[in-house]
Amino acid sequence: MVELTINGREVVLDRVAPETPLLWVLRDHLELRGTKFGCGMAQCGACTVHLDGRATRSCMLPVGSLAGRSVTTIEGLSSKGDHPLQKAWVEHDVPQCGYCQVGQLMSAAALLAENTSPTDSEVRTAMAGNICRCGTYPRILAAVQSAAEELR
Amino acid sequence: MSTTSSVSRRAFLSGLIGAGGLLLAAPASGGTLRKLLRPADGESFEPSLWLAIQPDGLVRIVTHRSEMGTGIRTTLPMVLADELGADWERVELSQALGDARFGDQNTDGSRSIRQFYEPMRRAGAAARLMLEQAAAAQWGVPTRDCTARDHAVHHSDGRDALPFGELVAAAAALSVPADDALRFRSPSERRYVGKGVPSYDTADIVRGTARFGLDVPAKGALTAVIARPPVVGASVAALNDDDARDVEGVIDVIQLDTPRGAPGFAPLGGVAVVAGDTWSAMQGRAALEIEWGASPHDAFDSAADRDARLESVRQPGVVVRQKGDVNVAFAEAARRVSAEYSVPYLAHASMEPPCALAIVKDGAAEIWAPTQNPQAAQGMVAGALRIAPDRVSIHVTLLGGGFGRKSKPDFVVEAALLSQRMGGRPVRLVWSREDDIRHDYYHAAAAVAFEAGLDAQGELLALRGRTAFPSISSTFSAGVDQGSSGELAQSFSDLPYNVPALQLEVCKAEAHLRIGWLRSVCNIFHAFAAGCFVDELAHARSQDPVQHLLALLGPDRHVDLLAEGVQYGNYGESLDTHPFDVGRIKNVVRLVAQRSGWGGELPRGRGRGVAVARSFVADAAVVVEVDIAKDGKLRIPRVDIAIDCGTVVNPDRVRAQLEGAVIFGLSLALHGEITAENGAVVQSNVHEFKLLRMSEAPLQIHTHLVESSAPPSGVGEPGVPPVAPALLNAVFAAVGQRVRDLPLARHDLSWT
Repeated sequence: MVELTINGREVVLDRVAPETPLLWVLRDHLELRGTKFGCGMAQCGACTVHLDGRATRSCMLPVGSLAGRSVTTIEGLSSKGDHPLQKAWVEHDVPQCGYCQVGQLMSAAALLAENTSPTDSEVRTAMAGNICRCGTYPRILAAVQSAAEELR
Repeated sequence: MSTTSSVSRRAFLSGLIGAGGLLLAAPASGGTLRKLLRPADGESFEPSLWLAIQPDGLVRIVTHRSEMGTGIRTTLPMVLADELGADWERVELSQALGDARFGDQNTDGSRSIRQFYEPMRRAGAAARLMLEQAAAAQWGVPTRDCTARDHAVHHSDGRDALPFGELVAAAAALSVPADDALRFRSPSERRYVGKGVPSYDTADIVRGTARFGLDVPAKGALTAVIARPPVVGASVAALNDDDARDVEGVIDVIQLDTPRGAPGFAPLGGVAVVAGDTWSAMQGRAALEIEWGASPHDAFDSAADRDARLESVRQPGVVVRQKGDVNVAFAEAARRVSAEYSVPYLAHASMEPPCALAIVKDGAAEIWAPTQNPQAAQGMVAGALRIAPDRVSIHVTLLGGGFGRKSKPDFVVEAALLSQRMGGRPVRLVWSREDDIRHDYYHAAAAVAFEAGLDAQGELLALRGRTAFPSISSTFSAGVDQGSSGELAQSFSDLPYNVPALQLEVCKAEAHLRIGWLRSVCNIFHAFAAGCFVDELAHARSQDPVQHLLALLGPDRHVDLLAEGVQYGNYGESLDTHPFDVGRIKNVVRLVAQRSGWGGELPRGRGRGVAVARSFVADAAVVVEVDIAKDGKLRIPRVDIAIDCGTVVNPDRVRAQLEGAVIFGLSLALHGEITAENGAVVQSNVHEFKLLRMSEAPLQIHTHLVESSAPPSGVGEPGVPPVAPALLNAVFAAVGQRVRDLPLARHDLSWT
């Protein structure tokens, strides 16, 4: 049995094998399907969530290791989908297919939580773990900087 | 009789409209619009439905193409809404089921706007006229004084407008106007076409509520993963599934047949593990012990295969285009320039691996899948389950990328077979990234050779090209060892250059993997080779590459490929509406050169390269600027890309596609490589089949759209072909090194 906090709520997992990666607990057991499966080896970033505020890949993270920890998913990033990044993403019409964008947003949100004045180079480095096959990188950069400006 | 599929179709229809609305349907391939009566009656279901206007004024537009990132799900309905005079804020979309009566739903080939711009305009214009006629009747005025805009019909005297919702009942009683009665908005009257609207799904995507293939809820759904044969065509020789069945959560292990002969769209076979959840299924699969049988492809080795292709283009092939006599011209030449280019196999690697949810029971199949080709999925599932196609409902979810992979419905069939084998329980089929990389329909590897003959003054006398690549046809017909005319007409047999003597030949190449089509298809390697060779010629002739390219393209003219013996399909378009217009090709070259700042001197280590290609009846030109450090580390400060795609319907999405094409093209040129040993693909995941990351992406991408009133042409693919040659030409300009075999990352670019 594991007890942790997900999107501000206490969650008790008593029927999940502790080695199950957080990603599949979110998707299969808790029906929080905003977090995506991309590579299963923490290389593409599609499954990014916040673990105690830090951007973390959930696809290789055993849920049994998370007792007492706090997880935020896209469903908990903002109450109405109005995080400055989410607004900036809409304003710049960032997504193409959209599949990687939740992970991109979670990585960007963790970056801006620490630094509301990142240089372009810092954004590019911070987002390097999130692959976008459609090639939305220029718009991601622009949207992160727009949101950073709003947060400053 | 009530079946799953007819229930879902009736639900689809009644979801479009309550009682008393207006519904318009049309044969997608053209022809007259029809009005639908009694829409709640399932028997009168007409799937080729574009439009429903509800009595409350809500406009529902059916979007029948698959959304994989191009924005087509938004753009085609936007065309209809604009012609109708609807307010986009009051438009809702319904995604069509797979059904042949919609016309073509196979969303690839950069065809959606080309094929459906006109039908969408017609549907919108017809409904608008009916609403205007209804308002005219209510007011007792001539229809010509009534104009629909902003979701209401307005009278020219400025009286209070009548909202669409109030006119729907009367309009529904009118007959549908004939095509020749329709009037289309002039460009100045358009509210959305040429300007754009926010993409329909963006708000859901950024909230995480958009539904991709694995996101459809289903009570009691099981999850399956499949261990597929590592070599195409191998079947299970021996299986020990004891340990797999012992994994907690695993419910069943099911063996699937491996088809013989050409793979087609059929599943590969293998062993499926079905479990209550994804992780248990994956753990169960890892515990399988499988001995695979022999395959005719067991000896396939991609390195030897590459050598064989290069050897193949050193020998004469079958001539597919001929102008003048190259042998005579070569005999007269004072100098020859030649080069061989090689491109490896490539994988699609869409961010969302293939997946599907299937419920197969009571002789019917209900399926949700991120498919580019729901009709092919419907047909293949029906065949595999031995039921009629109309008993198969394919619901198209959002696609987490497609790039051609998801036109092949093998994964949809797998899900259907497993649900059937599990007694009708919902089965959610998950492909891991490893499954995706190792069991793709790969983009063909290729060898392309060019040789040019120059006279003593450096004038170009002759050009000969040879290409060898495993054909897509081999996927459907075993033993095909030569590219088809359609594949060759992708930046090879249709080369636009003005050369006195020209000869293009196709040479043999065997296929041992499933060969598919990847964004821009054979243009990838043909435009790469041709774009690089033209640059090599420019340097051999001591000319500026842009000026040389323009001169080589020759006078403005329409190229008559048929006269030079080419079987040319022009991507399915008439040469009357979409001529092969060299003037337009030169125009995008000039545009990209001008906007990119072409021509200035750059220090050693920095350089610009240019390339152009016509594909999918659009012209695209690219200038890439590179900055290579002495240690060989490459940065890309800037890329400029220009396109002439005819009428620009949704400019922001065109720009997004070009930005994406630049990233996609750079990704394949820098990193893309699939290899095989003993018949099996070596790479497994994105650490081995690398994709371009943000840290490597160009610092700036500038997109330039040619203003045009010509009929719209393709957009999704044409940006890709010129990117790789422009990059490699830039590398040469920067450090003097010619890289002729991809990927670039394999080469040391250090300099002193």
